[in-house]
Amino acid sequence: MIPEIGHFALILALALALVQAIFPLAGSFTGSRAWMGMARPLAWGQFTFTLLALAALGQAFLTDDFSVAYVAHNSNSLLPDMYKVSAVWGAHEGSLLLWATLLAAWGAAVATFSRALPLAVIARVISVQGMVSIGFLLFMLLTSNPFDRIFPMPPEGRDLNPLLQDFGLAIHPPMLYMGYVGFSVAFAFAIAALIGGRLDAAWARWSRPWTTVAWIFLTIGIALGSWWAYYELGWGGWWFWDPVENASLMPWLVGTALIHSLAVTEKRGAFKSWTVLLAISAFSLSLLGTFLVRSGVLTSVHAFATDPTRGTFILIFLCVVIGGSLVLYAWRAPSVSTGGGFTLVSRESFLLANNLLLTLFAALVLFGTLAPLIYEAMAWGKISVGFPWFNMMFLAVMPFLALFMGIGHLARWKQDEPGRLARQLWIAFALSVAVTALAFLPGISAGHATVPLGIGLAAWLTFSHLTGLYERLRHKRGLRGALADLTGNSRSYYGMLLAHLGVAVLIVGITMVSHFGVEKDVRMSPGASQEVAGYRFQFEGAQAVNGPNYRAHRGRFLVFEGDRQIAVLEPEKRAYLTGGMPMTEAAILPGLTRDLYVSLGEAVDQQGDWALRLYYKPYVRWIWLGAIFMGLGGLLALSDRRYRTAKQRVQAGDTIGAAGTARI
Amino acid sequence: MKARQKRLLFVALGIAGVGAAAAMALNALRSNIAYFFSPSQVLAREAPADHVFRLGGLVETGTLQRQPDGLTLTFVVTDNAEKVKVSYTGILPDLFSEGRGVVTKGKLGNDGVFYAEEVLAKHDEEYMPPEVAATLKPHSDAAKALDAAQKATKASQVATQ
Repeated sequence: MIPEIGHFALILALALALVQAIFPLAGSFTGSRAWMGMARPLAWGQFTFTLLALAALGQAFLTDDFSVAYVAHNSNSLLPDMYKVSAVWGAHEGSLLLWATLLAAWGAAVATFSRALPLAVIARVISVQGMVSIGFLLFMLLTSNPFDRIFPMPPEGRDLNPLLQDFGLAIHPPMLYMGYVGFSVAFAFAIAALIGGRLDAAWARWSRPWTTVAWIFLTIGIALGSWWAYYELGWGGWWFWDPVENASLMPWLVGTALIHSLAVTEKRGAFKSWTVLLAISAFSLSLLGTFLVRSGVLTSVHAFATDPTRGTFILIFLCVVIGGSLVLYAWRAPSVSTGGGFTLVSRESFLLANNLLLTLFAALVLFGTLAPLIYEAMAWGKISVGFPWFNMMFLAVMPFLALFMGIGHLARWKQDEPGRLARQLWIAFALSVAVTALAFLPGISAGHATVPLGIGLAAWLTFSHLTGLYERLRHKRGLRGALADLTGNSRSYYGMLLAHLGVAVLIVGITMVSHFGVEKDVRMSPGASQEVAGYRFQFEGAQAVNGPNYRAHRGRFLVFEGDRQIAVLEPEKRAYLTGGMPMTEAAILPGLTRDLYVSLGEAVDQQGDWALRLYYKPYVRWIWLGAIFMGLGGLLALSDRRYRTAKQRVQAGDTIGAAGTARI
Repeated sequence: MKARQKRLLFVALGIAGVGAAAAMALNALRSNIAYFFSPSQVLAREAPADHVFRLGGLVETGTLQRQPDGLTLTFVVTDNAEKVKVSYTGILPDLFSEGRGVVTKGKLGNDGVFYAEEVLAKHDEEYMPPEVAATLKPHSDAAKALDAAQKATKASQVATQ
């Protein structure tokens, strides 16, 4: 009964989405306040019904209702309750339901937190979100209904993929989806602005906080995915340039460009058309990501079993969304004024350069990801693009990004003098050159030219931002002035500082782990020892142990640094009772400057010898630490008082815009 | 500089930059792609002898052997028509098993053995790499007929995409 309620709730949500897509938008043109006023309640209704559907599916999982096909395929009565809940989004149908629910949640959030916005704007934004909802709900109801029943009802479920029975993966998809779907708000704002023909600083100011929130979720979601892959897949890698990883990286890159471009649009009124294009691209790339994951057209570690009807549906949906918004863009964007001018040496120029670099790299990643499809379509053969290519592209583009990042934040808007910038930055520059030179010493770089490059760029970012901080605080009176600065109106500045330092931390992590990581595949007998990067791993043998829904062999390793024992590591090799799928559970000794990592391969013989993998991963934590800094930076920027006072200003001064007809 | 000239300069720089990037990317791509070949294609000498490529098919049941060094493994990959022996040193991914689909990446040795540097792992045990599904030949063995029928459906699903 309850699954039927869930199914019915989805159908009602679709009906509401149809109304939501049409009436508020129509009302914004006819000036009907009643129709526009429907937007907020509809957004709330949409969220209520999708949430009801999600709850119904969760209930089916918690009560082991194996008559629901999706539950039977992805759960088991032995599965711990926590994973029964996360299994709701563990596979295709449920993750779509989560996507649709989050989309509706963003809609409801917009409806709630935008009291200050003109009614016409909010009506259009919510209508556009309704259109996106229609696509997803139709997709779910037509091709992948999570509430489909099976008959006869199986006595036991097939269990959740063991790789997904993990805390990291329980929270990774919701975070990532919050980011993906969050860009729908930026997209809806941009489309609404195009429809209304009103692209101005106010529009940029409204979409900025929403875009930042989405970007924070995406940043943390990607970092969680990377961390999960690192400890759960047992390969010790943190990024594989897998199509699905690329699918999350592309919207992130474009989204990063978007939040910077929005800043320029808000402050200077420039880059309007470009900002709109970025908002459209960021969301389109999120949709493309879904298409790549769900259709199975690309060989990927994430690929689910293929179903051509699903692929076709998403492809059509993708064409409608991207095609439709680009047509609208082509029609409306030329009438947008270009806004404030700027000279070659100005903050705008540096932001523009980095915007271009970010989008260029996103385009390269897109090309590399789709190249196998292009080759296949052209009948040039079946190819895969190796990760060295992606690394090469990364190295060709990203150093410039870091270089400009170090200058842009100090440059003045509109026009700056090269001499002034040079005076401020020469110390930071000299220090970074010194660090780079130091890193060139063979003892440090070990002959890799990319080591000094990475360390040098991280140093440049750090010193230049510290210079920026110094220049800023120099004009404040003492520590109290600085504190007032931090608690006052400029939290967004400190958010920027923190996020940019996060990039420096990330660069250090990537550089160190890529060049100095040690990976050793060995065969070990009980009692034997192996040296890895100055650490001695002593194997004590492996024993059989039983878990709630698996049997395992648990190895025991004593780890020594010199003569001192620093840890006992106990990696496992599990065999899950249902399905019999084997799983490697690595054991990790985390540390700020290095991780030690052991994963079991398989038993080699009857004497207790095992084939296993030992890793030394220097500074690998810095990669995720960098992402955390970026996320915190985003949060800090979000808490800036400007967004709250801005609301009041809008309320007071924007009554002219209420009908949304004022055009620039 | 006038605003118009400046914009033209930006556009020209942009086009030049994108052009340079595209040329660089395509050039680099050529040396970094790995083509896919089935065992039949390898035996028909279609695969390059000196370049890395990917070999995929089913791991033939009963062929997985551990060499005396304890880390090197050999197994036979088949598309149900031809067979190629694969040698790999290291730890196999969890989902590797006999009778299942596999994709390996490496070079063909002069001895006709494929020396794999990488054995690709999948998240999902039911998942069949599309390339493998498309190149599998029908089985002759009656006992495997049912299996083949399932594989063929999968292969045709992939083919219709």
